[in-house]
Amino acid sequence: MADARLETIARECRVQIIRMLTHAGSGHPGGSLSVIDLLTTLYFGRLRHDPQRPDWPDRDRVVLSKGHAVPALYTVMAKSGYFPESRLVTLRKLGSPLQGHPDRTALPGIEAATGSLGQGLSVSLGLALGLRLQGSAARVYCILGDGEIQEGQVWEAAMAAPKLGQPKHPLDNLCVILDYNKIQLDNFVKKILDLEPVLAKWQAFGWPVIEIDGHDLDQIAKALDQAEARKGVPTFVVANTVKGKGVSFMENDPEWHGKAPKPAEAIRAIREILGVPEPRWTEYLAKNAATRAIVDELAALEAK
Amino acid sequence: MPAKASRAAFGEALLELGARDDRIVTVDADLSKSTMTTKFSKTYPERAFNVGIAESNMLGIGAGLALTGKVPFVCSFACFVVGRFETIRMSVAYTQANVKMVGTHCGVAIGEDGYSQMGLEDIACIRALPNIPVVQPADELETKQVVAYAVEHEGPIYLRLTRQNLEPVCPPDYRFELGRWLVLRPGNDVTLIASGGTVFNTLEAAKRLDADGIAAEVINAACIKPLDEELLLRSVGRTGHVVTVEDHSISGGLGGAVAETLGEVMPMPLKRLGVQGFGESGDSKGLYAKHGLDPAGIASSVRKFLNR
Repeated sequence: MADARLETIARECRVQIIRMLTHAGSGHPGGSLSVIDLLTTLYFGRLRHDPQRPDWPDRDRVVLSKGHAVPALYTVMAKSGYFPESRLVTLRKLGSPLQGHPDRTALPGIEAATGSLGQGLSVSLGLALGLRLQGSAARVYCILGDGEIQEGQVWEAAMAAPKLGQPKHPLDNLCVILDYNKIQLDNFVKKILDLEPVLAKWQAFGWPVIEIDGHDLDQIAKALDQAEARKGVPTFVVANTVKGKGVSFMENDPEWHGKAPKPAEAIRAIREILGVPEPRWTEYLAKNAATRAIVDELAALEAK
Repeated sequence: MPAKASRAAFGEALLELGARDDRIVTVDADLSKSTMTTKFSKTYPERAFNVGIAESNMLGIGAGLALTGKVPFVCSFACFVVGRFETIRMSVAYTQANVKMVGTHCGVAIGEDGYSQMGLEDIACIRALPNIPVVQPADELETKQVVAYAVEHEGPIYLRLTRQNLEPVCPPDYRFELGRWLVLRPGNDVTLIASGGTVFNTLEAAKRLDADGIAAEVINAACIKPLDEELLLRSVGRTGHVVTVEDHSISGGLGGAVAETLGEVMPMPLKRLGVQGFGESGDSKGLYAKHGLDPAGIASSVRKFLNR
C-alpha cells in the first residue's frame, strides 16, 4: 500500500521545485523531478535525523552526489524543518544559503559540497567508514546521477567500497541509489555514453544490486529495508526514473535537464503535478489558498 | 641531529601523535612505503587505509572521514595528490573538510624517477584555493612540529615533504607557528627566502656571499600560505632586494607569493629562483646544479642580481 502521506509530500515538493526554479530563472528541473520520490522516502520515511540538530553525530547522512538536483533536496529539507519553506524562493540569489549546487558551509544539513560530478560516492565511503569506526548506527545514503557515473572517480569508489573497512568495519551502513532517468545534459545517456549493462557492472564490482521503479514509494521503501538488512557489504539500488516526472512537457526531454520554466509554463506544470484538469483549475485555485498564492506569485513574475 | 628526509620525520611524528590521539587515521594510495606512513599502519592497522592506486577516491574518503570527526592524513606523492585538484577543490576545500593532505617527493630533488613523479606545480595549485594553508618544513625538527600543528589546525591543510634528506637548519628552541617565518641568518644587503629542500643550500650560498662581502639575510619560509608579511616587509624594507629560492615551478610558488605581496605593498627588485620547464631524470645534486639551486648557483644568481 502506497503511503498517502508520502505521496502528498512528494507532490508538494514537486510544486515547490517548479516554483523555486521559476523564481531563480535557472536550474535543473528534470533531474530534480526524477529524484524527488527517492528523497521524499528518505527524509519522511527513513532518516534518523533532527533538523534542529543538524550536527547530531549519529544522524543518518544523505549525500546528493548529483548536486544539480539540489532544488529537490532543498524542498525536503524545508519541509523537514531545516529552514522555512518561504526561503525556497531565494534559490540561486545573491547571499542565499540555497546555492545553485550544495554548499555544506552555507546550509546546515548539507553533508558535502557536490555538483562537480563523480565525487559524492568517495565522500560517502569516508562517512560510512568513519561512522563504523566510531560504532555509530547511523547510515549513509548516496544518490548518484546516471550520467554522473561516467566519471572515473565513481568507479574508484565502486571498486573500493565492498572491500574498505573489512573485515571489522564493513560498509554495510552505506546504500547507494542511482537515479537512472536515462538523460544527461547533452542528450539521452545511451546516445552519449551508454551505461549498460549497469546492473552487471556494479555486481561485478562486488555490490548486491536491487532494481526498482524509482517513483514507486513502496518499492523504494522495500529496497531501503533490504539494504538495511544486508550485512557485510554496501548495497546498490538502481532506481529507474523518468526525467521531469510529473510534468508532461518535461518528461523524457533532454531540453529540460537544465532550463527553468517560464512562469506560464510553471503554472501549467503545477496544475499537471496536482492532477487538475484545465477546466477545473479556476475552481481548484478558489478552494486552495496555498496553491493560489504560489500561482499568483508566478503570475506576478510573468507580469515583470 | 643527522640529516633526515621530511617524509621520514613525518612518519615518525605520525606514529607518536597517533598514540595520543585516536582521531588520527591515514589514507594512502599504494605509496605508503614511500610516504612513510608504514610505521603508523603497522602499529595501528585498524586506523590505516590503503585504497589502491586511486588518489581521487583517497581524497574523497579522507573528506568523509574528516566529516565524522576523524583527523585523516591523506598521503601520496605531491604531484598525485594535487593532480586530483578538482577533488581537492570540491570535496576538501569547499566542503571545508578537516583533511591533512600530505604530498611527498616534491621537486626535482627526487632525481632519477624523472618529471612524472615530481611535484612541481602543487604549491601554485593549492595556493589558489581560499582556505588551505601550504606548509613546507625544512628539517626534521620543523617537520615534527608542523605535523603536530596540522593535527590541531581546524580545517584542511597541505604539507609538502621531501624524499631527500634535509640537513638540520632550525635552532633547537625553534617553535613553528602558522604564518611565521624564521630568520636563520641576519644580513643587510639582500633577503634570501627559501623553503623546504632549498633552505640548507641557501644558507651555504649566504656563506659564499659573505666571503664576497655581501651580507645576505636568509629566511626559512615554511609557511608559503599564509606568508609572514610582517617579517617579509621588515626584512626587505631594510635590504631593498629579495631573492626567492624554491624547488618548485618558478610560477605560482613561493616566489609568486612573495612577488604578489611585494608588488602591491612594497615594489622592489626581485629575483625568483626555481624550476623552469619540466624536470627530468638525473641525480639530485646534478639537478639542483642544473636549475641553479645548489649553493654555487644561488650565490651566482644573487651576485648577478645585485650587479656585484
